Amino acid sequence: MTFISNIGLYFLMIKEMFRKPTKWSVMKGLILKDIDDLVIGSLGIVAFISFFVGGVITIQTALNITNPLIPKYLVGFATRQSVILEFAPTFTSIIMAGKVGSFITSSIGTMRVTEQIDALEVMGINSLNYLVFPKAVAMMLYPFAIAIGMFLGILGGMAACVYGGYTTLEDYITGVQMDFDGFHMAYSFLKTFVFAFILATIPSFHGYYMKGGALEVGKASTTSFVWTSVVIILINYILTDMLLG
Amino acid sequence: MIEVKGLHKSFGDAHILKGIDASFEKGKTSLVIGQSGSGKTVFIKCLLGLFPYDEGTISYDGKIYSELTEDQKRDLRAEIGMVFQGSALFDSMTIQENVMFPLRMFTKMSKSEMEDRADIVLKRVNLDDAHHKMPSEASGGMQKRVAIARAIVNNPKYLFCDEPNSGLDPKTAIVIDNLIQEITDEYNIVTVINSHDMNSVMEIGEKIVFLQYGLKEWEGSKDTIFRTDNKAVTDFVYSSELFKKVRKMYLEEKQ
Repeated sequence: MTFISNIGLYFLMIKEMFRKPTKWSVMKGLILKDIDDLVIGSLGIVAFISFFVGGVITIQTALNITNPLIPKYLVGFATRQSVILEFAPTFTSIIMAGKVGSFITSSIGTMRVTEQIDALEVMGINSLNYLVFPKAVAMMLYPFAIAIGMFLGILGGMAACVYGGYTTLEDYITGVQMDFDGFHMAYSFLKTFVFAFILATIPSFHGYYMKGGALEVGKASTTSFVWTSVVIILINYILTDMLLG
Repeated sequence: MIEVKGLHKSFGDAHILKGIDASFEKGKTSLVIGQSGSGKTVFIKCLLGLFPYDEGTISYDGKIYSELTEDQKRDLRAEIGMVFQGSALFDSMTIQENVMFPLRMFTKMSKSEMEDRADIVLKRVNLDDAHHKMPSEASGGMQKRVAIARAIVNNPKYLFCDEPNSGLDPKTAIVIDNLIQEITDEYNIVTVINSHDMNSVMEIGEKIVFLQYGLKEWEGSKDTIFRTDNKAVTDFVYSSELFKKVRKMYLEEKQ
């Protein structure tokens, strides 16, 4: 029952987020700050993980191609497909559920515990619009981070391939360029936009509606990570089935 | 003026407020007192619209709160200043930015005008040199003064204070009490303070509402509280030996 009422509450939160907007001059500053905190601040970890996971995908693929009839350029092809279709949008988003999600939940949760949200409400400010809306807007730049992740993943694969001696640079590049389907990019970025919205709103929901003290802020962050990951995985399945199935 | 009639509020089976009537006038410092669990925080939060109430009416200068639309409620709240128990300062902003916050949200003032207004109110609460400090760098007393400055910066009609002296030493508590009373007189606003600090009651209680078990048990002022023979009030207010002696001396002096 609580689960169903929480789903309802989540959608009411989304609706309320768009009501009585905060002054643009203030909102602009909040959006820029959230872009810095949530997107720019995540570029380092996205770049690091993408590069090395791209490398690992390449090594694993190369080591599993034992049949001499399978051309070596398939290593580049498999890396590109894995990185673009799944690793960059989905796997990175789950990591972001930990990084960005727990930041959002703990910062909003702390504001709840210390009555800062009550202070906003008493002043007549729509606290959901003030706190959640700029995060949702800022996260619309998240696909930019994912694009960098895609590039670095493929680059990491290339580095691992060439320097590890698994294939030649020419084979890898041939594989990366082979049978390229632009719709796969559209599918990937569409997923990323949906994940960005989830990454901004589910952790906000857990922070905004939390009750209790400092201990509960920690618990809310953990719950938020779990639910954000679960929803991302479910939505990933649904979107993949709808768009590629 | 704020008028409350027959206010009821329950949380599940717990009936917290059981039909409270009270009125709070302009230019007067009104205190809501009572033991922990008497319902005073719920009462204040109902007045502020943070808790929806079950029955009764709350009217702000004749406007009945429950009959207002959501937007009208938000507009009314813009006329309210609130000092929270824990100050509730925005910890990502400096003290000056905290004070300027209501101006940024509700006025079309330029940055320099907002800074000038923040200077005036920060001076008013005796904080001339703390503009660029973060709230975490300020002491408890300073944080309370910043919260008062933020509450009055936009010239509110109503000022609410939830336990403004909690966690403060007696000397700082008196400074805060006097500041609230001076501001109430100066701005001619309705001030409602939720407190269980007996020093505040004696110092600034121009009107006192005593709550017990969710009911208004007694109403009076700092002068009449010495003479009351209401047992619940005397048991609560004069629970310490010191206050018992003070009361005895006061009554002997009056005879």
